[in-house]
Amino acid sequence: MSDAKFEPKIVGFLCQWCSYTGADLAGTSRLQYPPTLRTIRVMCSGRVDPTFVVKAFAEGADGVLIAGCHPGDCHYNEGNYRAMRRYPLLLELLDQFGIERERVRLEWVSASEGEKFAGVVNDMTARIKALGPLNWKERSALYSGVA
Amino acid sequence: MAKPKVAFYWCASCGGCEEAVVDLNEDILKVVEVVDIALWPVALDFKKKHVEAWKPGEVTVAFINGAVRTSEQEEWVKLLRSKCPMVIAFGSCAHLGGIPGLSNGTTRERTLAAKYFESPTVDNPTRLLPQRLTQVNGYALELPEFSASVRCLNQVIEVDYYLPGCPPTPEWIMEACRMIITGHLPAKGSVIGLEKSLCDECPRKESKPEVLKISAFRRVADSTPDPEKCFLAEGYICMGPATRSGCGERCIRGNMPCRGCFGPPTESLDIGTKFLSAIGSLLDADTEEKSAELAATLVDPLGTFYRFSLPSSILKNRLG
Ligand code: SF4
Ligand code: FES
Repeated sequence: MSDAKFEPKIVGFLCQWCSYTGADLAGTSRLQYPPTLRTIRVMCSGRVDPTFVVKAFAEGADGVLIAGCHPGDCHYNEGNYRAMRRYPLLLELLDQFGIERERVRLEWVSASEGEKFAGVVNDMTARIKALGPLNWKERSALYSGVA
Repeated sequence: MAKPKVAFYWCASCGGCEEAVVDLNEDILKVVEVVDIALWPVALDFKKKHVEAWKPGEVTVAFINGAVRTSEQEEWVKLLRSKCPMVIAFGSCAHLGGIPGLSNGTTRERTLAAKYFESPTVDNPTRLLPQRLTQVNGYALELPEFSASVRCLNQVIEVDYYLPGCPPTPEWIMEACRMIITGHLPAKGSVIGLEKSLCDECPRKESKPEVLKISAFRRVADSTPDPEKCFLAEGYICMGPATRSGCGERCIRGNMPCRGCFGPPTESLDIGTKFLSAIGSLLDADTEEKSAELAATLVDPLGTFYRFSLPSSILKNRLG
């Protein structure tokens, strides 16, 4: 199903203290990663309500990346633990909706891990390319014929 | 002045909403004192042709319960919408999709197979399925189309007000009637209920700890909850934190945790992920492994978190 030209759209929610800075570093270090990521800067990975994730999918994302500070490093102490606790439940839920687990990823990326960040985006892009587009609107029965 | 006429109609529902009208008991007499019932398929014999003959506006309000699954239901609600100046979605199924909406957690084909091939009480060796058209003795018999998924009422027609609940409580039904008769109507699109969450009104709220941690999920099927304590604090999934109050906490008083039939308060976009967020944050886990372990013990997150609201959720249905 995956055609060669398919460029996944990945929405990336990056915590501003660590992962966003890490992404910046990847950029200033001229590390190569594909232009698949649409970045949304958030205060903390704990701010990423699972509602944002389903909304991203419903509106056309092929994947969602949530990235925050390493456990113990969150600038609000507990935020990334919250993200960590919700994540597996969210995966279970999305699985029931028919959304593959590989489309959602939670990663810890510090401000100095530009290389890790580029690696995550590369890897995620490759995996989603293999899965093919999600096309939620086209494939969901309820988006057609709704008054 | 002539009494205003009202219509009751049912779509994909269990009949409980009809029961709720009957449960008004003597109050039903107060209702028929002030309104005439122009259509009520469960109790009175009116046909579609009667409704088609109504002059627009002749019947003021249509109370419609049930979700929309078949082409017949779609035709009827569109007909009622074209005739009635006010449409009220009555009960969880019309409001949010309700229990029939859980069928959106699987495909149309799987739903039909479960019903017609796999159900232990069905003997169907030739694997017959209902057909839209069947010829019998030279007559063409027609059945409605069974659509790809379940819709709530406002996904098919415009809805003026919503009466939440599975089923709506007598108090709010009477309140809706009072609003209609006196003309003191809330803003169009309002849900007739309270704006707070159930926890705010809950008789057990004092026992809800400041810091709540869930170390294991429990189910009422396997153990009996303490009759006094906050369900959530004991590990029973209680939808109270994400659910609109106004139900009278009947389940809680009956020692059953809230399942969310009143739906989310107005500002909430998606009850399931909101609740998942709340529950997830409470897990007593400090590692990724432990979080995953606990998450895996929660039976059917989709059915639990969207028990009454799957069609109206952001994702709406499972991909085929
Ligand atoms: S979680 Fe349930 S039992 Fe606990 S206070 Fe809220 S509504 Fe009451
Ligand atoms: S501040 Fe970075 S995860 Fe909380």
